Amino acid sequence: MSAADSFSRLAVFRRLRSRDAVFRILTRTSALGVLMVLGSAIVVLVSGALPALRAFGLAFLTTEMWNPVTEKFGALAPIYGTLVTSAIAMTIAVPVSLMIAVFLTEICPMRLRRPIGIAIELLAGIPSIIYGIWGLFVFAPFLQHTLQPFLIELFGPVPVLSTLFAGPPYGIGILTAGLILAIMVLPFIASISRDVFEAVPPVLKEAAYGVGCTTWEVVRYVVLPYARVGVIGGVMLGLGRALGETMAVTFVIGNAHRVSGSILAPGTTISATIANEFTEAVGDLYSSSLIALGLILFVITFIVLALARYLLMRLEDRVAP
Amino acid sequence: MKKLFHAVAAASFALAATLAPAIAAEISGAGATFPYPIYAKWADAYKKETGIGLNYQSIGSGGGIKQIKAKTVTFGASDAPLSGKDLEETGLVQFPMVMGGIVPVVNLDGITAGELVLDGPTVASIFLGEITNWDDPAIKKLNPSAELPNQAIAVVHRSDGSGTTYNFAYYLAEVSENWKSNVGVNTSLQWRVGIGAKGNEGVANNVANTKSSIGYVEFAYALQNKLTYTNMVNKAGKVVAPTSEAFQAAAANADWKSKPGYGVILANQPGDTSWPMTAATWILIYKNPQDPAAAAEALKFFAWCYRNGGKMAEELDYVPMPANVVEDIEKTWAAEIKDASGKPLSATTN
Repeated sequence: MSAADSFSRLAVFRRLRSRDAVFRILTRTSALGVLMVLGSAIVVLVSGALPALRAFGLAFLTTEMWNPVTEKFGALAPIYGTLVTSAIAMTIAVPVSLMIAVFLTEICPMRLRRPIGIAIELLAGIPSIIYGIWGLFVFAPFLQHTLQPFLIELFGPVPVLSTLFAGPPYGIGILTAGLILAIMVLPFIASISRDVFEAVPPVLKEAAYGVGCTTWEVVRYVVLPYARVGVIGGVMLGLGRALGETMAVTFVIGNAHRVSGSILAPGTTISATIANEFTEAVGDLYSSSLIALGLILFVITFIVLALARYLLMRLEDRVAP
Repeated sequence: MKKLFHAVAAASFALAATLAPAIAAEISGAGATFPYPIYAKWADAYKKETGIGLNYQSIGSGGGIKQIKAKTVTFGASDAPLSGKDLEETGLVQFPMVMGGIVPVVNLDGITAGELVLDGPTVASIFLGEITNWDDPAIKKLNPSAELPNQAIAVVHRSDGSGTTYNFAYYLAEVSENWKSNVGVNTSLQWRVGIGAKGNEGVANNVANTKSSIGYVEFAYALQNKLTYTNMVNKAGKVVAPTSEAFQAAAANADWKSKPGYGVILANQPGDTSWPMTAATWILIYKNPQDPAAAAEALKFFAWCYRNGGKMAEELDYVPMPANVVEDIEKTWAAEIKDASGKPLSATTN
């Protein structure tokens, strides 16, 4: 009887073990699948970009020329546009979203927290094409009549800034794209920051208040240092979205392959160029140049993520006791 | 009670009649945005008459060529004709469907449609960035009485590749040596100045929204968006307004048989009344289509458009193809577009 008992117990164990093996294989294939998808994307991008890289070499990165008639292409203008619009977006979105998050977690009366929190999440849920249409029909004309003439007037006599804000006020352009991107990435950074701020142990804050700290001091010396790793994660997520955003930017950036000193001038980004021109790229070199642009965007994103990882690692080293 | 029965019977009969053709395949095509308004109008009328719909994606001429080469659609549409060599290599047949005019559109305070006069070299200079202010002597010379503002010109062009751009650039290259050597002719160009907008609709919207701007669109888009179009000086040196008659005059003397696949560009045609930026738009379809039934349906639709669509085209200020050209095109169909057994597909049109 005990033999039969142990036999059935063995069978149960075996069944459990085989079930575990299946589970392990399933999870491992899923994880390796990601690597394979990523790997094949890299292979396709590189092989597609090769003709263009062979034809233009490293000069592809440094020339502004983008001429489909003579099939001479350079990526400088889209790279410049991508970086500058993202920089504008982050300059505006990071401080504003941090302030939103601080307000929501530290200062906001309880009654208002939920509605404001939900509003931020809704802002994140709006499809980018809606931002694009709104940007083109509402926001760009508004900027054209108000902010842009004001900036041109204001900085006209200032030496460096007068080139940075040189007219005519088109309404659309690099600045408009940057502002739209700022609005689009703001909810991501704000809601992640809010979550990590909420995770700060109340004991720490209470202790700080207990020794007579002001709200500002609590935020500055307790909340922010405790949550900075998470905040940087949120900022990087927002930056990733800003770098790759296509539809909204295409609508409002002006789609001109030029590097201009003025941020009111039209420009283009890598993803906007690809979206605009891919259906029309008839020559092999033309399509290959567009794929090369895709590869460059991939590399830029990779560098940004690697930098973020590195930054996080160093912070964790310092924070850890 | 009996009345009700009749009504129900009639209703269900009508429903069945409309449902039956709805099950029939839709004709699928993709390409140029230039003729999209008239294709949409024709498709609407054709559907009411036959129940067969048209699914046309106006993604631009280059996109149309790509899609037909990839065989994802029954026909492609392009405003830039394929060369004879290209047609031979791909096994495509090409024929013009309708003609129209490209017009410069401006947004200037106090200037109404048809008030401003421009000529080819001036337009080329503006789009090259050589003329940058409305106050420029070259524009003043053409418009001695108009009150032109001292304002920077905001140039709006297409950001996607387009047949409208192709025809526009073709005309500018004809009249401006500078344009020819510095920019050239293609569906996408390296623009020196201005902002890029997607599609004819995009250019129309940007010009409407931007003060002191200039752009170029197909005439139907200018009318639909109530934009201020300009008059032009033509090859004969006469000032003409963009009208059906002016587009027709440009089309009248075209020698359609001189180029393979009827690939004649109508820009800068001679004649006192010719509009200089007249353009045709072409259909591309396979000689031996993968799906002969779908191709036959498409040909039926085109034949119907040639025969019944003229008036609708004129209402939108397009120019229908002349009857003798249509005859030639239908002969080309009968001779070249065949199914696997070698039976001409257009034989089913009558």
